[in-house]
Amino acid sequence: MTQLAYHRPVSAAEAARLAAGDPEAKLLAGGQSIVPSLKLGLLAPSALIDLAGIPELRGIRLQGRTLTVGAMTTHAAVAASPEVRSSIPALARLAEGIGDRQVRNRGTAGGSLANSDPAADYPAAALALGAVLRTTRRPIPADAFFKGLFETALEPGELLTAMEFPVPDRAAYVKLPQPASRFALVGVFLAQTGGAVRVAVTGAAPCVFRVREMEEALARRFAPESLAGIGLAADGLSSDIHGSAAYRAHLIPVLARQAVAQALG
Amino acid sequence: MSAQAPYIGRSVERKEDYRFITGSGTYTDDIVLPHQAYACFLRSPHAHAAIRAIDTAAASAAPGVLAVYTARDLAGIGGLPCGWLIHSIDGSPMKEPKHPVLAEGKVRHVGDPLALVVAESAREAKAAAALIEVDYDVLPPVVDTASAASSAVAVHAEAPDNVCFTWGIGDGAAVDAAFSGAAHVTRFSFANNRLIPNAIEPRAANAQYSPASDSYTLYVTSQNPHVARLLMAAFVLGIPEHKLRVVAPDVGGGFGSKIYVYPEETALVWASRRVGRPIKWTAERSESFLSDAHGRDHVTTAELALDADGKFLALRVDTTANMGAYLSTFAPCIPTILHATLLAGQYATPHIHCKVRAVFTNTAPVDAYRGAGRPEATYLLERIVELAARELGLDPVELRRRNFIRAFPYATPVGLTYDTGDYEATLERALELADVRGFAARRRASEQRGLRRGIGYACYIEACGIAPSNIAGRLGARAGLFEAAELRVHPTGKVTVFTGSHSHGQGHETTFAQVVADRLGIALEDVEIEHGDTGKVLFGMGTYGSRSLAVGGSAIVKAADKIVAKGRKIAAHLLEAGEEDVQFSQGAFRVAGTDRVKTFAEVALAAYVPHHYPLETLEPGLNENAFYDPANFTFPAGTYVCEVEVDPQTGRTRIERFTACDDFGNVVNPMIVEGQVHGGLAQGIGQALLESCHYNEDGQLLTGSFVDYAMPRADDLPDFIVETVRGTPCTHNPLGAKGCGEAGAIGSPPAVINAIVDALAPLGVRDVQMPATPYRLWQTLQAARR
Ligand SMILES: Cc1cc2nc3c(=O)[nH]c(=O)nc-3n(C[C@H](O)[C@H](O)[C@H](O)COP(=O)(O)OP(=O)(O)OC[C@H]3O[C@@H](n4cnc5c(N)ncnc54)[C@H](O)[C@@H]3O)c2cc1C
Repeated sequence: MTQLAYHRPVSAAEAARLAAGDPEAKLLAGGQSIVPSLKLGLLAPSALIDLAGIPELRGIRLQGRTLTVGAMTTHAAVAASPEVRSSIPALARLAEGIGDRQVRNRGTAGGSLANSDPAADYPAAALALGAVLRTTRRPIPADAFFKGLFETALEPGELLTAMEFPVPDRAAYVKLPQPASRFALVGVFLAQTGGAVRVAVTGAAPCVFRVREMEEALARRFAPESLAGIGLAADGLSSDIHGSAAYRAHLIPVLARQAVAQALG
Repeated sequence: MSAQAPYIGRSVERKEDYRFITGSGTYTDDIVLPHQAYACFLRSPHAHAAIRAIDTAAASAAPGVLAVYTARDLAGIGGLPCGWLIHSIDGSPMKEPKHPVLAEGKVRHVGDPLALVVAESAREAKAAAALIEVDYDVLPPVVDTASAASSAVAVHAEAPDNVCFTWGIGDGAAVDAAFSGAAHVTRFSFANNRLIPNAIEPRAANAQYSPASDSYTLYVTSQNPHVARLLMAAFVLGIPEHKLRVVAPDVGGGFGSKIYVYPEETALVWASRRVGRPIKWTAERSESFLSDAHGRDHVTTAELALDADGKFLALRVDTTANMGAYLSTFAPCIPTILHATLLAGQYATPHIHCKVRAVFTNTAPVDAYRGAGRPEATYLLERIVELAARELGLDPVELRRRNFIRAFPYATPVGLTYDTGDYEATLERALELADVRGFAARRRASEQRGLRRGIGYACYIEACGIAPSNIAGRLGARAGLFEAAELRVHPTGKVTVFTGSHSHGQGHETTFAQVVADRLGIALEDVEIEHGDTGKVLFGMGTYGSRSLAVGGSAIVKAADKIVAKGRKIAAHLLEAGEEDVQFSQGAFRVAGTDRVKTFAEVALAAYVPHHYPLETLEPGLNENAFYDPANFTFPAGTYVCEVEVDPQTGRTRIERFTACDDFGNVVNPMIVEGQVHGGLAQGIGQALLESCHYNEDGQLLTGSFVDYAMPRADDLPDFIVETVRGTPCTHNPLGAKGCGEAGAIGSPPAVINAIVDALAPLGVRDVQMPATPYRLWQTLQAARR
C-alpha cells in the first residue's frame, strides 16, 4: 500500500518551501478535486501539504475598484460575501452555482483556478474579469495563467495566494450545466469595464479562452443584437457524450447573448 | 372503552424514521463480527475476453491476505440460477448458459468478477487484488441491443446468435387482419434507455460460518432474504436450507436491484467456511455502477391500427430486450410477462400481438428496475396513442377517452383480467388539478419569452401484487409468489408481526402496524413489525412489484383473522357464552346484547395463563401463521399530466408542473403513498430527462460514475401535485389495496416526453428519444429543421 505524508504548514512561505522541497508532493486546498483523484488512483503523490491552516490565504477584501479573494476562500464564502455581491454580483452567483452545498463549503477559489479543469467555472471569471493571480513569487495576469488542459503558469513549488479582480461596470455569467456533473458544458462570462469588453468561455475546449470577435462587437455596442452573425467554428472544441463540438459551438453565442441581456439586467 | 378512530386512512408518522433520522439504523456494512475479515473482488477490465491464465501468487503473499480464490477453487459449485423459464415461440426453452459465481474461462462484461481476495482489512484485500495477474485474450464484444442477434460474435457458445429466446403473445393472425382493414396506422420506433439503479446504499454482504452448529449466517442487502436463501442453498452451494440463515437488516433502497442473488454474496458464503472467518464486502460506488443489475434497455417497433372514428383496432409490437451478459434472477420475465401483458393499458384494443427477442450482450446483467417491464409497455403505448392523435388531428385526451375500457372485469387480449377500474375518474381529476384550461394562456406567455411550452398526458395501468402462484407457474415462474405472515400475541396483548415482505424504504413498519392495530382494535404502539430475517420470519417471497400491502398485508390480515377467531373461542369460555354469540369489535369481545365483555388483552392473558381455559378443546397460546396467495394481480391506474417549458436555443427543458392522479384502491397511509409517488416520479423523470447508461463500442461503461451518469436532483423537479382518488378498491384482497410503489416511475416518462414533443411540434418535431437532455433536444431540432 502507498504511504502518504501529511503536512500542515501555518504560512504560505512554509508551504512553498515544503512544496519546493518535494516535487512529488501535492498541495491540498478544499480537496474537492484532488481527493477524488487520489481515491481513483489517478494521482499518487508522496505527500499532501494542507493549506487549511494558513490564515493569510483566506478572506475577501474590497479596496476601491479591486476585489481581492484569498486563494483558500471557499465557494460558499464568495457566494455569501457582501463585498462580492455588491461589487461583482456575477462572481457571487457563479460561486453559488458550483457543485452542491458540501462542495461549496470545502472547495476553494484558488484550488479551482490552480486546477484549471476545462469545465470549471472560476477560470471563466478570472479571464473575463482580467484578474491578476498573485502567487508566492509574482503576480500573473489571467491572460498568461491558463496554459491548457489542467495546466497553468504555476511552477513547481509556487503557490497561488490571492486573486485580484478589477470591479467591472457590468458582468454576467451564464452556464449550461453538464447534466450529471453540473460543471459547465459551456459557460460564458462577460465583463464590461469602461469601453472594453472581455468574453471568456469555459467548458467548450481543453482550456478557458476569450472570444475577441464578440468582445469587439460588444465594445462597439453592448447589446445582445451585437452578437448576431458571430458564429464559432467547432474545430478544436471538445466533444463527448454530453455534447458534440458543434453543439458547444452553437451554445457559445446563445449563452453569450443571454449573458449580455443579464448584464444589462 | 372509548372507540378508537381507525388507523387505516391516516397519515400516521413513520415509526422507522426515528432510527433512520438519528443514524441508529443497522445496515449490512454496520455489522462487524468477531474476527471479521474483508473481501475484494477482482473485476474484468474487458467486456469480452478469454482468460488464458490467472496468477495469484503475488496477491496471496501480500500483507494481510488470508486467501485468494478463482473459478478453479469453486469447481463443483453451481451457477447462479434463473428464477423464470421462458419458452420461445417454437417451443424450445430459453438458452440458459451458466452464470458462474466467478468467471470461468471467459469474462463477459466489464466488472465481471473473476477472483475473490480475503484479507484482514478491505484496503489490504484491494491492494492485493491489484497484484493478481490475468492473461487475457481480448475478444470483440457484443454491445448494441438492436444488432446483437446479427453479430458475428457470440457471448455464450450455447447461444451462437446471442438470442436467449424469441417469445410471443397474442393472436398474430387476428392482428394482421385488423391492420388490413384499418383506416389509419401509426408507427413508432424507439429505444427505452438503459438505467443504472443507484440505490443510496451500495450492495454489501457479510457471511459467517459457525463450526459449532455447522451452519451459515449471511447478512446481505436483500429485498427478499428467503428467496436468496432458497436459491443459494438449493441451487448453488448445496448447503441444507435449514443450515443457512439470511438476514437483510436495514436496507437503503433497492428499486429491484437487491432482489437478485449475485455472485458476491454467494462467493462470500462459500469462502467463509474455507477461511474460517466471517467475510465482509461492501461495493464501492464504481462497483455498483458496473455490477448491479441494470434496468430497461429495449429497442422497439410498434404499430397501432385505428378505424375512422379513432377506435383502436389492433396493436403490433416487436421488441428486442437486452439481458446483458448473464441471466439475472428474474430477467426473462421482465420484457415478457411484465411487459407484453400490459400492452392493453387502459384501452379496449381488441387485438394485440407482441414479439420479444431477448439477447445476450457483453454488458452487465439487466433485470427488474422499479416498474420492471411496465414502464416500457406504458411508454410505448402512451407515446403511440399521442402520436396517433397528432396524426389524426385529434385531441389526445379525447382519443384516449374514446378507447377507455369501461366495463369490468375486463379480459385483455394479452392474458390479464382487470378486476376493476375507473379511468375516466382519474383523467377528469387530473385535468382539473393540472389546470389544463389555463394552458393556452401559459403557452402564450412562454412564447412571448422565446420559449416553447407543451403539455403531455399518460394514462397508465400496471399489474401489481404479483402473483397467483399457479398462473405464475404456468407462465414460467420457478417459485411461488404468495406471502407469509405470523402474528405473535404476547400475554399482555402486545403483538409482534413477522412478515415476509421486506421494507427498504416503503414504511412497512408503520403501514402494517396500522392494519394490525385496526384489525385487533389495539394501539399502534402495541404492534411491532419484524422482517428480513429467515431465522425469525417463517417464510417470505419478498418485496417487489408493489406487492407488499396487497399480498404481504393480506397475509397479515388472514393471520389476524385467525387470532380473532381463536380469541372468540377463548372469550366465549371466559364469558360463559356460545361462541356464535361473541362478537369482536374495537378490541373487545362482547356477548351480543349484554354488557359482558373481555378485552383483547384479557383474552391474550388467558391464552398464556390458561387457568380458566377449555384445554380439552383448545391449545393454549395465541399465535397464528397465514400464507396468502393472491387470486389475481391488482391493477393500479391513473393519469399523469406534465407541463414543460423548453428553450429551443439551448435545448434545456424545465418541468413547470407535474400532476399525478392515481387510483391505488384503498389507501392505508396517505402520506407514505404520496411519498412513494414522489419518489417514483423523480425516478421516471430521471429516465425521461437525465439518466442513460452508455457503453462504448468496446463495451466500456462511459457513464460509470456520477460525473457522467445524471441522477435526478431536487432542483430538477417541480413541486408535484399528487392526489389519490377515492378510487376503485381491489375486488379480491381483503384490504382492497392495489399497490403504489412503482406507479410514479411507470406513468411519468411518457407524460414528460409527450409534453416535450407537444412543445416542439410546431418546430417539426415528431419524436424525442429518452433521455431528453439539452444536447439530445438540440440534435432533434437540428434534424427537424433539415
Ligand atoms: C461533486 C462535485 C461537484 C463539483 N461541481 C463543480 C462545478 O459545478 N463547477 C466547478 O467549477 N467546480 C466544481 N467542482 C470542483 C470544485 O469547485 C473544486 O472545489 C475545485 O475545482 C478545486 O478546489 P479545491 O479547493 O477543492 O482544490 P483541491 O482539490 O484541494 O486541489 C485542486 C488542485 O489545485 C492545487 N492547488 C490547490 N490550491 C492551490 C494553491 N493555492 N496554489 C497552487 N495550487 C493549488 C492542488 O494541488 C490540486 O492539484 C465540483 C467538485 C465536486 C466534488
